[in-house]
Amino acid sequence: MEYNLTTLQPVLPEIVLLCAACLVLVVDLFLSDRTRLVTYGLSLAALIVTVAATQYAAGPVREVILDGSFVRDPMADVLKTGLLLVSLFAFVYAKDYLRELGAFRGEYYVLGLFAVLGMMIMISANSFLTVYLGLELLALCLYALVAFHRDSKTGAEAAMKYFVLGALASGMLLYGISMVYGATGHLVLPEVAAVIAAGTADQTVLVFGLVFIVIGIAFKFGAVPFHMWVPDVYHGAPTAVTLFLGSAPKIAAFALAIRLLVDGLGGLLAQWQDMLIILAVLSMALGNVIAIAQTNLKRMLAYSTISHVGFIFLGLIAGTDKGFSAAMFYAIVYALTAAGGFGVVTMLSRNGLDAENIDDLKGLNDRSPWLAFMMMLILFSMAGVPPTVGFFAKLFVLDAVVSIDLVWLAVVAVFFSIIGAFYYLRAVKAMYFDKPLVDVPLVSSLDTQVAMSVNGLAMLAFGIFPAALLGACRAAFGG
Amino acid sequence: MTADWPILSAVIWLPILGGALVLASGDKAPNVSRWLALIFAVLTFLVSLPLYSGFDPTTAQMQFVEKAPWIPLFDVYYYLGIDGISMPLILLTTFISILVIIAGWEVIQYKPSQYMAAFLMMEGVMVGVFAALDAMLFYVFWEAMLIPMFIIIGVWGGPNRVYATIKFFLYTFLGSVFMLVALIYMYFHSGSMEILAFHDLKLNLTEQILIFVAFLLAFAVKVPMWPVHTWLPDAHVEAPTGGSVILAAIMLKIGGYGFLRFSLPITPDASSELDWMIIGMSLIAVVYIGFVALVQQDMKKLIAYSSIAHMGFVTLGFFIAFIIMARNDVDSGAILGLQGGMVQMVSHGFISAAMFLCVGVLYDRLHSRQIDDYGGVVNVMPWFAAFMVFFAMANAGLPGTSGFVGEFMVILASFRADFWFAFLAATTLIVGAAYTLWMVKRVVYGEVGSDKVAALEDINKREAFVLTSLAVAVLVLGIWPAPLIEVMDVSIENLVRHIAITKL
Repeated sequence: MEYNLTTLQPVLPEIVLLCAACLVLVVDLFLSDRTRLVTYGLSLAALIVTVAATQYAAGPVREVILDGSFVRDPMADVLKTGLLLVSLFAFVYAKDYLRELGAFRGEYYVLGLFAVLGMMIMISANSFLTVYLGLELLALCLYALVAFHRDSKTGAEAAMKYFVLGALASGMLLYGISMVYGATGHLVLPEVAAVIAAGTADQTVLVFGLVFIVIGIAFKFGAVPFHMWVPDVYHGAPTAVTLFLGSAPKIAAFALAIRLLVDGLGGLLAQWQDMLIILAVLSMALGNVIAIAQTNLKRMLAYSTISHVGFIFLGLIAGTDKGFSAAMFYAIVYALTAAGGFGVVTMLSRNGLDAENIDDLKGLNDRSPWLAFMMMLILFSMAGVPPTVGFFAKLFVLDAVVSIDLVWLAVVAVFFSIIGAFYYLRAVKAMYFDKPLVDVPLVSSLDTQVAMSVNGLAMLAFGIFPAALLGACRAAFGG
Repeated sequence: MTADWPILSAVIWLPILGGALVLASGDKAPNVSRWLALIFAVLTFLVSLPLYSGFDPTTAQMQFVEKAPWIPLFDVYYYLGIDGISMPLILLTTFISILVIIAGWEVIQYKPSQYMAAFLMMEGVMVGVFAALDAMLFYVFWEAMLIPMFIIIGVWGGPNRVYATIKFFLYTFLGSVFMLVALIYMYFHSGSMEILAFHDLKLNLTEQILIFVAFLLAFAVKVPMWPVHTWLPDAHVEAPTGGSVILAAIMLKIGGYGFLRFSLPITPDASSELDWMIIGMSLIAVVYIGFVALVQQDMKKLIAYSSIAHMGFVTLGFFIAFIIMARNDVDSGAILGLQGGMVQMVSHGFISAAMFLCVGVLYDRLHSRQIDDYGGVVNVMPWFAAFMVFFAMANAGLPGTSGFVGEFMVILASFRADFWFAFLAATTLIVGAAYTLWMVKRVVYGEVGSDKVAALEDINKREAFVLTSLAVAVLVLGIWPAPLIEVMDVSIENLVRHIAITKL
């Protein structure tokens, strides 16, 4: 195959980000703590330039390069853009928090950028090896980030748990991949799909491998019963890390599921459909019910994440392009919402004290009406109440489920979303109906305020005009 | 008829825009937010008047139609339009909203800008519910209504407000999500989200019954019908006066409107099949809840229970039609029942608003809603007493007030269905009079109850203005209901003809 630089254009965003991340790493070495803002500025610039590169490389035609191991298609373009923008918000929110914590170091941003790179590789993976490569790059960065605050015991504990369980899940995934490879003799996903479609592969081995692959995916999503790590890691990690960990990787996990289950194992739809139904129902039930019992805000949001994963699965279960695009819409919207939600938590944490409990939200409307309003939009979006975008995300996946005559599943889903509404309301209640516990005025820098306003109002804007984002998601699946 | 300019959009978005501006004005200058809110409320009311003057009562077609694609991939349109059923309710909304803004003028001292903004936004959203002809648009407005109400009860409500407001939110949310599933289901069978397309959608009886039950959950909670009414007394008691007024005067009507726009025309056969159930629930509401109201010690709770009883008449009027139609008496009886329900809704909107405002006047002065804390109010507040007695009479259904018209029409229609239905419904004339007048007797008449009562001051101009405008509305509608019946006549007749045809 002829090999020159122009054929590498589809991989341009990744190359740009890799170079930028290395640059940030090196520049950061020469900076003192007082000039650390340069690292922050460079990291944001790196993300923005990568967004531009993604847009430049984007196009309606699917391109496969590097011997079939890398693909750039409309889905990848949209997901990467979403991923980068969500990470941008996360980086901005993290700044003030890290400074207050005395941990405003370059590592957060360097590791963050490499994690983003890993996620972009996952999104564009077209072979089992690339998938695994991206996944591990992401996972290693996240393990380090969770343990980022050296003096924190809970952080170290969370990192340890995350590492052990994450390694186990990676092992499962790899085991499943090896089974499928054994059955089909291919690593490139479309070729695997072709063999499965031809029906020549051993069905037993395939399904055996599929089970392990689904387990790996469920772990990365944090779906029940592979959710054990989620609350502990969300709780134990510094909030700035939870913020990043809880938002952007959901988009990458969605891509992982699509690449493996649809691009590669689409022929086994009937098998993985049943598995995902179980995972989805369990996640929605357990996530929503247990979240009610939480008094810690980060844990509550962790369980809420688990329930949202159930909803993302609903879209995948449909097995139709409409369903996939609904799940994609959901994943992007949820990542943005979660970034905002954890962003508010970081803004509340000041003077080195983590605002972790729901009680810390008390009287937010008295302390900062605007921030309270943004948080209210975010919480109602999570609860799925119109006119926020969370409602449309739920609507589209429900629609996908009803379209394959699984009305009972839609009823189960809405039933648990009522239960879920309760704990979001409790947070709104704390903000609006209770008196503040402390009367310290909230200070945050201008960039954080701007980002939070954009993030909160996006809930409303996408809620009133959901057509554009939905159109982009549908176009990603050839609709 | 299509207007040259989008009146409906203006009536929806003007108050929402106003709400955003009031919110932005902040609490530094409370009077600015108050005046701004009032200006927008009045402006909205004025803008909504052409809906009446330009309305063509000779057609059942949707009027003032606006249609633009909203989410093309889901066939969802920004589709607005009104007929004779929704138009009066929209005017009721814009009218009551002005009074609510005025009623909260000096009373609300804590964050008045947020208070006013919440009411303005809710006004726009409620008009949206009545005007939406696209099911998804309807649902978005329907749910969006919950957020400002949740905040209003929770922030400005009484001591037990948190319990009340969360109960309110979860009850209504529970009711409506199942409706969402039903709407999606119908979208798959009709390929369209238009409510009017749903009207003509063929559905078999099982489908109809399931869809009917899903709608029933949503609308029965909103109306509220016995036995899912328990959120209402809590919400009413804890809500600030303005919140109670909006709840009773408009939000409850949205449930009744839902029956007319969705349940009856989309699932006529299921409605006919299950009419005994609804009629039973309505009669229980009328009789049993009437007796419950009798023993209340809290004025707001008493009026809340009386609201449930009165709304029982509305649902009774709607579903009695099916029994009458089974006897091929379409023309007069069934139409009478539906019209009676509609008139009762509008009339109850005025009367319940007035009753809650009266209690609000007392509460602002004495900070108590207990009947026992009052007595002999007439001696110190003669003007107020006159209003309160008048509205109490209207609430009891005195001929000459609007309360009489609706009840009378529904009772009359019930006679055509079954004597005993009519008999049970008519007991309200006794029970309703008993609980309302007994309350008035204990609060307004008798010896001056305590020193605190003796120190009460009569209503000021602001309060007098609010109560007078409602008194005029109640009287006009009571003496001359023809204009209201005229605008909805053709639409109701069309609806009755539609539901008389089986979909099976």
